[in-house]
Amino acid sequence: MVANIIRDILTKHARLQEDANTLALDDDLYDKGLTSLSTVNLMLAIEDEFDIEFPDTKLNRKTFSSIESLLETVTELLKP
Amino acid sequence: MITNIGSEQEFNALIEHVQQLGRDLIRPTSLEVDRDARFPIESFDAFKDCKLLSVYIPKELGGMGLSITQVCKLCEILGGYCASTAMIFAMHQIQVACIVHHSKNSDYFQQFLRDLVQKQYLLASATTELGVGGDLRSSQCAVEINNDQFTLAKQAPVISYGAQADFILVTCRKNADAMPSDQLQVLVDRRAAKLDPISTWDTLGFRGTCSSGFHLQSSGHIQQIQPAPFAEILARTMHPVSHLVWSSLWLGLAQDAVAIARSTVRSAARKNPNTPPISALRLTEVDEKLYNMRANLKMTLADYEEKLAKDDKDGFEQFSYALGVNNLKLCSSEKLVEIVSESMMIVGIMGYKNDSPVSLGRHLRDAYGAALMVNNDRIRNHNSTMQIMIRDGR
Repeated sequence: MVANIIRDILTKHARLQEDANTLALDDDLYDKGLTSLSTVNLMLAIEDEFDIEFPDTKLNRKTFSSIESLLETVTELLKP
Repeated sequence: MITNIGSEQEFNALIEHVQQLGRDLIRPTSLEVDRDARFPIESFDAFKDCKLLSVYIPKELGGMGLSITQVCKLCEILGGYCASTAMIFAMHQIQVACIVHHSKNSDYFQQFLRDLVQKQYLLASATTELGVGGDLRSSQCAVEINNDQFTLAKQAPVISYGAQADFILVTCRKNADAMPSDQLQVLVDRRAAKLDPISTWDTLGFRGTCSSGFHLQSSGHIQQIQPAPFAEILARTMHPVSHLVWSSLWLGLAQDAVAIARSTVRSAARKNPNTPPISALRLTEVDEKLYNMRANLKMTLADYEEKLAKDDKDGFEQFSYALGVNNLKLCSSEKLVEIVSESMMIVGIMGYKNDSPVSLGRHLRDAYGAALMVNNDRIRNHNSTMQIMIRDGR
């Protein structure tokens, strides 16, 4: 499911201080060590994996701040 | 004395009063402030007398209730008389805006703002830290909480006018176990703090800001911790407001250099009425750059005011917005150096002399500081990662 794929991508690209599989859905990823550079890699990996494009309105801190908000955004962008 | 700005007329009267302070007090003392790298104490005493330190505090709390655009206008005017004085004024207003925008639900901070109106406290900021450098979104020091009291120690390589401020807003980690980016902003009362100097401030320009380094040790009540996370304060207020007020005072500095250049072009034209001086062509080129600088500022200001009026929280958080604000800083700070250097070419040797009435020495030394304070390369580095992400950037 989408949340697990996001956790896998976080493990590979976000360089967090904690194991992405044990994070709560609403944990603040920036407080866990996400940086502006790792945000770029995270975004590119998510776009590739789900074949989606983040519009500018979604390109903000909030979108990348938790697994929950990433999940919401990806789900919304996957809608036909 | 003007305390309540309700109309354009009243704001214009305030501007006239500030211009008068500029002519009678700020410009005459700017030479000494610059030469001795000392705090412009007499100008700030005068600002306190006319309540200029609380201009951005809302009227319901006793302040003047000026808009950011109006605060920027004041910074621009001050920048034309003494860039150090303008910079201190601007940095103070940034801290005031952080509290005004982000502590609406805190009784302590609302009362603090009322007290600021009465007592005209001067606020400073301690963001940079030894070992972290200028990265605002990273702290090593952490606030320690014991019951309802806190203690906080920070090795700050720069606290502008730290020794003169009444309060200092200090960024730190939320607790000893928090990540460097999990930050809060704490209002430290300088009377309850120990500031041991760790570095001096003998610089080329902005000498009057007295931006020495200190080892800060402080304590106080937990109410003094800003309720909002620092990330939010930075995105919505500190980052945009800083670049707006700074760009405004740099514009004032650039305008003053061009005005000096224009005065020399005019006297050359008077001497030779039959041939327009070559320097007039240089002047028109420099004015194009000034026009550009002013336009960038105006656009970014209008955008900020619009977002503020709509309380557009998501808009402030957008990467494309942060990029735009950074672009303003990059353009303004680099145009400033070009404008002042070209003005010096127009004025000639009399502009190069320190003891001439059309000297541009201080202007030029101050101008170089703009690209270094929050280093432009750091900003570009940050922008470059965001460039990869955004789509059309609008």
